[in-house]
Amino acid sequence: MTTVKTTGQSRVTDSAITWLFRNHIWLFLCLAVMIFSITSPYFLTVNNISNVLTQGAFIGILAVGMTMVMIDGEIDLSVGATLALSTALAIGLQEQIGVWPAVLAGLLSGAALGFLNGTITAYSGIHSFIVTLGALIGIRGLVFIYTGEDALMVQDFSYTEYAEIYLGPVSITALTFFALALFFQWVLSSTRHGRETFAIGDNIEAAHDAGINIKRHKIINFTICGTMAAVAGILLSMRLGTAEPNAGKVWELWTIIAVVLGGTRLTGGFGSMWKTIGGVMTLAVLRNGLRLLNTPNYVELMVMGTVLILALLLDRFLANRTEAR
Amino acid sequence: MESISGVISQLKKHGLLVAFTVFLAAVALSTDAFLSVGNILDVLRQVSITGMIAIGTTFVVITGRLDLSVGSMLTLLTVVLVDQHDHVGPLLAIIIMLTTAVALGAFNGLLVGYLKLNALIVTLAMLSFLQGLTLLYSGGSNVNIPNAQTTWFRFFGRSDLFGIPVPVILFLGVAALAAFLLGRTVYGRQVYAVGGNETASNFSGVSSSRTVFWAYVLSALATGFAAMILGSRVMGAQNTIGQGYELTVLAGIILGGTSMLGGSGSVWRTVIGISMLGFIQNGLLLMGFEYYVQWLVTWAVIIVAVWVDLAGKRGRVLA
Repeated sequence: MTTVKTTGQSRVTDSAITWLFRNHIWLFLCLAVMIFSITSPYFLTVNNISNVLTQGAFIGILAVGMTMVMIDGEIDLSVGATLALSTALAIGLQEQIGVWPAVLAGLLSGAALGFLNGTITAYSGIHSFIVTLGALIGIRGLVFIYTGEDALMVQDFSYTEYAEIYLGPVSITALTFFALALFFQWVLSSTRHGRETFAIGDNIEAAHDAGINIKRHKIINFTICGTMAAVAGILLSMRLGTAEPNAGKVWELWTIIAVVLGGTRLTGGFGSMWKTIGGVMTLAVLRNGLRLLNTPNYVELMVMGTVLILALLLDRFLANRTEAR
Repeated sequence: MESISGVISQLKKHGLLVAFTVFLAAVALSTDAFLSVGNILDVLRQVSITGMIAIGTTFVVITGRLDLSVGSMLTLLTVVLVDQHDHVGPLLAIIIMLTTAVALGAFNGLLVGYLKLNALIVTLAMLSFLQGLTLLYSGGSNVNIPNAQTTWFRFFGRSDLFGIPVPVILFLGVAALAAFLLGRTVYGRQVYAVGGNETASNFSGVSSSRTVFWAYVLSALATGFAAMILGSRVMGAQNTIGQGYELTVLAGIILGGTSMLGGSGSVWRTVIGISMLGFIQNGLLLMGFEYYVQWLVTWAVIIVAVWVDLAGKRGRVLA
């Protein structure tokens, strides 16, 4: 570090470095892309990038909802189970009520469960970690009861063709992810709901004193999170054509990893969809790249754990650095 | 009058126990098999593994932290124990496994206690990392103990002492030791102090870093004991054997009424919470409900139990 900053030049570089540190996820992403492009001839091909986007999009859509909840200072552990329930309903109900009503039912189940989680959290005062831990167990039970432990199979296979809609190399799944991320970034930065979500996560008492309706915003965000889980579930059902009762198991953990890796803080009040996109893409690139390199499964798990702790250490280092000024 | 209000306040304090007793009575009335000694011992044996882990994790939760790595840790430790049993014999295998447990706990404790990183993320990272480590160690294949009928290692999971299954004796014995450590020693007071008010405890000369560090070591050590029971019971281990244990453990601790914010709770509350989960499962199965209904009921019970507890503390139902 230079001791005296006199020229405008060094101030610019300094703020550029600070920006890069604050958005360290893009550094990670560029690094990962560079390494895999060099080490594997298959990585930087249109086909593969298209795959990465699609694979990442499922966790990505979950992460969009999770980001809203996390900026509020809450957490939702039930997204994986909610995803499985919407997948099961979307496929299982098709025979009785038709394709689109079944899809709608799947979406509504997600919204309803999110609403339930939000309402219980807001009105009982129980920490959302506990509320959604209970929901994770219970909703998974619902899925097993509904599917009877078997994978449900779609009857009309034209349903799986919706997943094959592409815009250039970008699949409908990836498009949905980016569209939702952009939309909710707009919500966060340009609407009253977004502003008040940040306010609640930053300082809940100050938000309350300022007359912000905390319960309402929390319930809305949990409902968004549940709906996002259902959207991911519907897209998964279109892609697979089956609904497995164990679908989305431990995806809530991958989702939290993606959001936190992006730089959104668990403590609330800080984060953005841009960060989440960065986190989701880094995770997807790491998983894809390591697989292209033919590394065994365990390397992926160990790299993920290490990267997560490195991101935390970097975050801590930065917090100290800003405090020291 | 005073005695009546005294009784009521006692009831409020032990609302959980009351609810639990009511539940037990209801199930006992509807099925004869439920309240037999054999069935109760069966349930206790089933919960002894989760219970053992939960005893250790209770220390971490009372300091106001979380440990999500215990499930993956249980997998790794069981795989190491079962695999080493074949190479170096039971005693050395247990020593190696417990040393590994303490090392892993110390690593968690270092990151959360001394480096003050977020406990949820650190232990989540460890969850992933340890899964990888397990696969690296085992090469992806299952391990088992070939001489299952003759090794003395079968004592921990498969034998009875005075008609009581050894896992139950171990579970309750370790619970008694842990209750002493938490309730009657200086370290125990420090655990509550750090969870209650970390800043104040630091100012009064209690090192929160050190206290948290040892809480994670205890959590890992308890997981090591659980691996002993599990390995001995199954006489083998798959690479996913401990998956999801961390959530059951937390559910039991929370159900017992230990606060996630730290500063309150006890080992006995955890023993009751974990046993409740076991008895709910067992009771529902005996009453003829489908297996997965117990998960739905667990959901409802967790919310209701914590809500009642909170409502009692703040004197009104809604937040």
